[in-house]
Amino acid sequence: MRDVVESPVFLMALTLVSYRIGLSVRDASRGHALAQPVLVAIVLTGGTILALDVDAATYADGVQVLSFWLGAATVALAVPLHRQAARLKGFVVPMLVAVPLGVVVSVCSVVLLARWTGAGEELVRTLSPKAATTPVSIQLSETAGGIPSLTAALAICVGILGAVAGPAVLTLARVTDRRARGLALGGVSHGIGASRALAEDETEGAFAGLSMGLTALATSLLLPLLLAVLL
Amino acid sequence: MPGGLVVGLTWLVVCQLVGEVLVRLTDVPLPGPVVGMVVLLLALEVRRRRGHDTDRDPAVRAADGLLRHLQLLFVPAGVGVVAYLGAIRDEALPIVLAVAGSWLLGIVAIGWTTRLLERGERAA
Repeated sequence: MRDVVESPVFLMALTLVSYRIGLSVRDASRGHALAQPVLVAIVLTGGTILALDVDAATYADGVQVLSFWLGAATVALAVPLHRQAARLKGFVVPMLVAVPLGVVVSVCSVVLLARWTGAGEELVRTLSPKAATTPVSIQLSETAGGIPSLTAALAICVGILGAVAGPAVLTLARVTDRRARGLALGGVSHGIGASRALAEDETEGAFAGLSMGLTALATSLLLPLLLAVLL
Repeated sequence: MPGGLVVGLTWLVVCQLVGEVLVRLTDVPLPGPVVGMVVLLLALEVRRRRGHDTDRDPAVRAADGLLRHLQLLFVPAGVGVVAYLGAIRDEALPIVLAVAGSWLLGIVAIGWTTRLLERGERAA
């Protein structure tokens, strides 16, 4: 049985069935924020492989097919943006100011909060690029002297936080413009935030995808400067 | 249209490849797929300007299909996090406070700045 449990076909089936259950939970709860299919699927799949004692590397190898398509899906974010291209008019300046400003706020606040709560320097450096999309945050963590795999895990966590709580926080903060909401979600919660934004509204999703790209670029350029000043 | 899905996915993967090559040639600090997104966006804009109905392009249909289940593609990375739960237990407090606090400040900062500037631009 061991070889079945560690085979790609079992691990893929487990992941797909968990995701399918996640979709049903979302529909059954009439779109409750916590019932994000990604979160339900992670809990079910993660719990099962822990219980069956399958190690993380074996799982990652088994579901490589899924991870592969994430790149093409990122390319695909051009499509909602293309449909919304007319709505970019008059929005370029706010976007080019707000997104880099968001990067500065994200990096400075995570560094200062971590230091105040007693984190060591390596951990502070690991946390600093967490708002950038995962592949970029891994690279940045490495150059900044952090632990890249931990940065990746934290980037996923802020993504899920955005998918679960982002729209509610934006509504509380009275940000109602779909473009502004998308920029904010993509700027702090990258692709996972964009996946929730897309489920809410196409405009929101389009701007979240765009914001994810701009945030990756701005974080890459600003992070070395900010860390030099802050540390 | 039979074969439309494969044609569409081919377009997406080719755009990603072009993105990866551009990243290597220019050393721009972005992931290849993000540059690929810009490549596809430009290609679609050009096609629309030439009078094509881009909504019927195979690439657009494949993209819609992939994006409908975007959350599925993040599951493998999320499951990887489970392996880290033990590793961060010692420093859980600073991590949770700093990450959640910074996330909240960031999302509100972008939302409010955009709203403020967008009003200014409309008034101008």
